Amino acid sequence: MHADHTGRTEAAAEGEVARELLTKSRAETAFAGQEPILEVRDLVKHYPLTQGILIKKQVGAVKAVDGISFDLRAGETLGIVGESGCGKSTVARMLVNLERPTAGQIKYKGEDITTMSGRALKAVRRNIQMVFQDPYTSLNPRMTVGDIIGEPYEIHPEVAPKGDRRKKVQDLLDVVGLNPEYINRYPHQFSGGQRQRIGIARGLALQPEIIVADEPVSALDVSVQAQVVNLLDRLQSEFNLSYVFIAHDLSIVRHISDRVGVMYLGRMAEIGTDIQIYDHATHPYTQALLSAVPVPDPEARTKRDRIILAGDVPSPANPPSGCRFRTRCWKAQERCALEVPELAVPAVFRLESGPAHHDSACHFAEERVVVPPSD
Amino acid sequence: MPEPQPYDPAIAGTGAGGAMDLAISEGSSLDGGPGGLPKDPSEKARSLWSDALRDLRRNPVFIISGLIILFLLIISLWPSLITSGNPLKADLSKAQQGSSPGHPFGYDPQGRDVYTRVVYGTRTSVTVGVCATLGVAIVGSFLGALAGFFGGWWDSILSRISDIFFGIPVVLGGLVFLSVVTGSTVWPVIGFMILLGWPQIARIARGSVITVKQNDFVQAARALGASNSRMMLRHVAPNAVAPVIVVATIALGTYISLEATLSYLGVGLKEPAVSWGIDISAASNYMRNAPHMVLYPAGALALTVLAFIMLGDAVRDALDPKLR
Repeated sequence: MHADHTGRTEAAAEGEVARELLTKSRAETAFAGQEPILEVRDLVKHYPLTQGILIKKQVGAVKAVDGISFDLRAGETLGIVGESGCGKSTVARMLVNLERPTAGQIKYKGEDITTMSGRALKAVRRNIQMVFQDPYTSLNPRMTVGDIIGEPYEIHPEVAPKGDRRKKVQDLLDVVGLNPEYINRYPHQFSGGQRQRIGIARGLALQPEIIVADEPVSALDVSVQAQVVNLLDRLQSEFNLSYVFIAHDLSIVRHISDRVGVMYLGRMAEIGTDIQIYDHATHPYTQALLSAVPVPDPEARTKRDRIILAGDVPSPANPPSGCRFRTRCWKAQERCALEVPELAVPAVFRLESGPAHHDSACHFAEERVVVPPSD
Repeated sequence: MPEPQPYDPAIAGTGAGGAMDLAISEGSSLDGGPGGLPKDPSEKARSLWSDALRDLRRNPVFIISGLIILFLLIISLWPSLITSGNPLKADLSKAQQGSSPGHPFGYDPQGRDVYTRVVYGTRTSVTVGVCATLGVAIVGSFLGALAGFFGGWWDSILSRISDIFFGIPVVLGGLVFLSVVTGSTVWPVIGFMILLGWPQIARIARGSVITVKQNDFVQAARALGASNSRMMLRHVAPNAVAPVIVVATIALGTYISLEATLSYLGVGLKEPAVSWGIDISAASNYMRNAPHMVLYPAGALALTVLAFIMLGDAVRDALDPKLR
């Protein structure tokens, strides 16, 4: 990470920055006012902690997700970031109905999918598909690639008649950038990036409207991450997909997302467009996260403000009262322990129209320049 | 989506070491991308089973044990291939005599030809071993797989029941069971082995199913809307069956020796059935005077059990991907 970057000319760097700024404004205009395709309201998932061998007694609960709300609009990408164990993956699993929430609603086009079963659930599953984190465990090692990608058609035979399936599978392989001749190969004959493409092809097979991607690139090399992210980006415009993109890598989330939600210990800390979150964060946790992102420019690195949080993430079985982040926050006061901060536009920014005007669950929200703009 | 722009780690600023200055676009694939695999038309698609088979063919332990087992299977189906005698024909005047031309293993206490009886005894041992193993594998893996897949109450009840069966001593259980259910055929013995043997396979199958069930590919099938039976049969079972096969192959040898033990104790097969256990039991009183009457059936028993255990070992090595 050292000498390589200084070789780049100043002009080129400036051009890139400008290009990036241009794309950033897209989110605010493109999706505002549109009807949400997916509405998540007060989603809660508690895993009971039990004691006793025969007669199980509940002695507590791991509050993996504790009241999350967000909207997803058609064609939009919502990034969800947060450190390990904050409940991101649990949210993803509830969105595709692999887990039933303890409370709350997930509405797909106005219908609550959390209480569905049988045929209705199967129909909804066609429209919400998932891409898994680990391409090494998400493909059945005993099935050929053709069988893996063709399985959705066997489960939903109405999507493709039997004769068409092989052709469709080959088309899908082509779409994700794999050679259609590989249809009879087994997953272990592919590299990680290629396997993830197979997983994406399987997710696309039923022509879903929403794809929930649970850390789709974190198991891959950085160079391969770029290819897979670009593939997801291209597929989005090609098939008008909506993504819920879960990751812990802030840079990748920034690249692909229109809006970003930051999670901490089962709650949403802050949510807004990428420019609002990355350049005008008002929640102290977001600021701390951003200050930890590696800065490739050695000069800018010395100028930035590194926030080092003390202590560990508290146990989700026994989260702190009031604001979840207060035990590690440098701004914490008595009010933070007593009052749960609401996820809304903070009072100080309510009259402003600038980028600081976005939902942030903090009593003492303020902007803080963490990474100085490279000029 | 307006102007999708290729993601470049250098712009976005991930700490990516030397890779950051490579302007990576989607087409320039470092991981091979399209056409990245060696395009060798002779390379056949390999599954875990074909890999295992290739490993086995090169394993001398497998070849030796396989040849012995093949030989045992053939003579248990057609014993007259290598002997023309009758295992029940007794000539008391020749009782306990040692080997003589045409009768290499000598005679037993009843004056029957030991060689012929050893050959005919193979059928009993192989029948008991194969049928008991099949029965145990089917019952055990079915119940264990259900317990592992569905969990909850079903799992708790089944696990406790299998614990109870584990607590029964095999020989004591055999003495009690087989003195109530009697008969001169092999079936009560096989039935008893299935009754006491299934919990062993059920535990293995349960654990194996639980491990496989947690894999993402099972979750992916569920997210696609797959039914329980599809997940079980297409995704879980093929990936969970290897440990069951391994344990069942090794158990086959122990069932053969258990049959001999029970017959020796007088509760397994009974005369006039021909079994190594019966012969060892009948001859054991004359061990000092005429050891050949014990040694030949006991040797055949040891060789058979050894062959099956070796086979089980070889199969385990071939099917365990961690040893690759």
